[in-house]
Amino acid sequence: MYLVFSLAMFLVGGAMALVIRAELFAPGLQLVNPEFFNQMTTMHALVMIFGAVMPAFVGLANWMVPMMIGAPDMALPRMNNWSFWILPFAFTLLLATLFMPSGAPASGWTLYPPLSLQGGNSLAFVILAIHLMGISSIMGAINIIATILNMRAPGMTLLRMPLFVWTWLITAFLLIAVMPVLAGAVTMLLTDRFFGTSFFNAAGGGDPVLYQHIFWFFGHPEVYIMILPAFGIVSEIIPTFSRKPLFGYTSMVYATASIAFLSFIVWAHHMFTVGMPLGAMLFFMYATMVIAVPTGIKIFNWIATMWRGSMSFETPMLFALGFVVLFTIGGLSGVMLAIVPANFQYHDTYFVVAHFHYVLVTGAVFAIMAGVYYWLPKWTGYMYDEKLGKFHFWWSTVWVNVLFFPQHYLGLAGMPRRIPDYAVQFTEFNMISSVGGFMFGFGQLLFAYIIWKCVRGGEKATAQVWDGARGLEWTVPSPAPLHTFDTPPLVDDNVAVHRDQLT
Amino acid sequence: MERNANLTGELKMKRTNELIVALAVMAVIIVITWGVFAVGENMPRGVTQYSQDVYQLHNIILGIVSVIGILVFTAMFTAIVLHRRSKGYQAARFSHSTKAEIIWTAIPVLILVVMAVPATRVLVDMENTGGAEMNIKITGYQWLWKYEYIEDDVSFFSALDRDSNRARQLGSGINPRDVENYLLEVDNRLIVPTNTRIRFLLTADDVIHSWWVPELGWKRDAIPGMINEAWTLIEEEGVFRGQCAELCGADHGFMPIVVEAVSPEAFRAWVSEQRQELADAAHDSARLWTREELMDRGHNVYQAQCASCHQGDGTGLEPAFPALVRDGVPTGDLETHMYTVLNGREGTAMAGFRDRLRPEDIAAALTYARNAWSDGAGEVVQPSRVDGSDRG
Repeated sequence: MYLVFSLAMFLVGGAMALVIRAELFAPGLQLVNPEFFNQMTTMHALVMIFGAVMPAFVGLANWMVPMMIGAPDMALPRMNNWSFWILPFAFTLLLATLFMPSGAPASGWTLYPPLSLQGGNSLAFVILAIHLMGISSIMGAINIIATILNMRAPGMTLLRMPLFVWTWLITAFLLIAVMPVLAGAVTMLLTDRFFGTSFFNAAGGGDPVLYQHIFWFFGHPEVYIMILPAFGIVSEIIPTFSRKPLFGYTSMVYATASIAFLSFIVWAHHMFTVGMPLGAMLFFMYATMVIAVPTGIKIFNWIATMWRGSMSFETPMLFALGFVVLFTIGGLSGVMLAIVPANFQYHDTYFVVAHFHYVLVTGAVFAIMAGVYYWLPKWTGYMYDEKLGKFHFWWSTVWVNVLFFPQHYLGLAGMPRRIPDYAVQFTEFNMISSVGGFMFGFGQLLFAYIIWKCVRGGEKATAQVWDGARGLEWTVPSPAPLHTFDTPPLVDDNVAVHRDQLT
Repeated sequence: MERNANLTGELKMKRTNELIVALAVMAVIIVITWGVFAVGENMPRGVTQYSQDVYQLHNIILGIVSVIGILVFTAMFTAIVLHRRSKGYQAARFSHSTKAEIIWTAIPVLILVVMAVPATRVLVDMENTGGAEMNIKITGYQWLWKYEYIEDDVSFFSALDRDSNRARQLGSGINPRDVENYLLEVDNRLIVPTNTRIRFLLTADDVIHSWWVPELGWKRDAIPGMINEAWTLIEEEGVFRGQCAELCGADHGFMPIVVEAVSPEAFRAWVSEQRQELADAAHDSARLWTREELMDRGHNVYQAQCASCHQGDGTGLEPAFPALVRDGVPTGDLETHMYTVLNGREGTAMAGFRDRLRPEDIAAALTYARNAWSDGAGEVVQPSRVDGSDRG
């Protein structure tokens, strides 16, 4: 259900992105007015982050975590139900603002005041929708933590858990820590807008920059909420198709934990240009650069896993490999962005847009797709169409690069982000990017079709599905029964996925 | 014994094989990387010492991350080429190597330290805003800039020039390619002297803006209620263009920045010219204007200041931007109309123009809005009424 919802939102958010790319195809305003353009950029981000990526990961966790740890189901089914059913209502509220007289929010998904306070009454709906999404995420996170900590099969010690479970455990703690911070920030916006407070109003003694600090204290961990589970998925898939145990399991767990910790002390790198004291800028620069170390460890470990393996390249593996390459590119541009003096140039340009789309689209979204192809036979009991899957991968990979790579050039050449129209020297790369956007976007309809086709039937899948796969989820039949493991399986090192005994 | 030797020999062959493939893969990746750099644009070098430092820093970091990328991808694709099942490659069983892990933790740390040193040096230089020979205060408005030369007591607004503004309207029918410096030209440029250390003080009147000229090497946010500092020292004469870089509402994409650096002598001449014009303008707001004069000037002021929200024909963009015709404010009481234009309307995007425009401009815009469309109220408004001097 989460997954179907998030696929629907992925297509809605994608349609908005196509409106943006269509307007940016050529200089001059052809299709939409600037106000509506700003609504599109804002809504695209909110829908994709809260509607597509996050529910997709929660959905994967709900389905796979119990199977992976040998539990019958999630610990708290009622809360799970509630946490899901909040989402359609939250997004109805959010999307309804498009049809309201004062229009959807147009101040960017970050809702920086004072700009966000200039909008109409629809702001109240947006804030309520964010509150609901926050409640839903927190409940989802509580459920995942409860399941992982209480319902592991005998012998499934913490350091025998699959990495996907580990990354989700850490992500869930991040969610619980930061969603209330976001709720607090937007509530202050609400009272500033409707009840006459002055938290962020300079004329009333408030501070507009305070909002940015609070927002990014949520916002940066949020970024890792969207990427840590992706690390987990990739860490499951690469060993399977390399037919070799994951390299450096323990260091992967520690790297994940240290990335999560660091995510709390780097928030101000999103706002180097607001005028901070030199000492603060140096601190946030160094802290941000340090993140490259655990992230690098992960990438090296994945490559060491492939090294001298016996690799084969089914669709999930292709997406996982695409993830490693393209996420690395996004990570390297991230290191560049950490360098403050250079950041004064990069900040708020298309260079940043390119960077975060590399980590979110070819990072998070590619990992989700990899996970879906990987576990689809387990869910449906049928194999998906391998030919179409491979075609989907190559199509997406080619066009996503056509879409986002030229945006690096645009940013360096001086094109700011969030503008509906641009000077003529930016035309060529914008056109290329728009063509890539449309090709990539329509290619995703194929993804929906492949899933639909697989649900309807096809070649029967075995319990093992992939010959190199290890882990408890492959010991139950495909499709997995409603309640897996009514009697808990016994887990020892022979069943555990990872065999990284420290000597 | 013999078997062992065979195994070692096999291992050696394997290693050589891997090395050859790795070199080939690396060559391919280097060619691709080179292509990627050749196709694209790089950051501008800029015209100040600082911007050149940033440019160099950027190139160094870009070089380092490119080398890292090349090495990482070489390892990965070598494995992909060689260690595949379709070639009958048997999987090894290793899953751990403390030595390797220590190495690939330590080396990145060293690389980061190497990057951090020049980055810190350049940053410390940027943040030292002392020793300024002149100060310019920059204030961001929706959607134009105000520049005040603090020592010379000269100030003016700088907005998108008229040709670009006409061409950028939805469905204008004008090809942006026919407009010179489309979206990157203003009506009044910021004129600055070369070889002079200039300190900028940045703030904003309504929402957060960000002042960015890539050739100067930095951007800095302009935030209401706060004053940020930055500095520059431009070494060569020329015209440098930039844009607002922080989303500030509907016309965020249409508030460019144009800096013109001239010799210090030319700058002094320009300053005295400006002061003369200011004196003339003071005379202008004191005299009586004819209806034609007001309508003519009002048309220009309206197009530049009002039309982006209320539209050229006064029909607005409901509901965010109200119509001025059909029961709009200009069809009613003049005092209310004038009050709204002077002070703005709280909680909306309607700004107050009291400090932004000269009294004769406001008077002209009011006259225009009350006469240009058939259902306006029809009065003529004199500048003296706007600044209150008609009441003594």
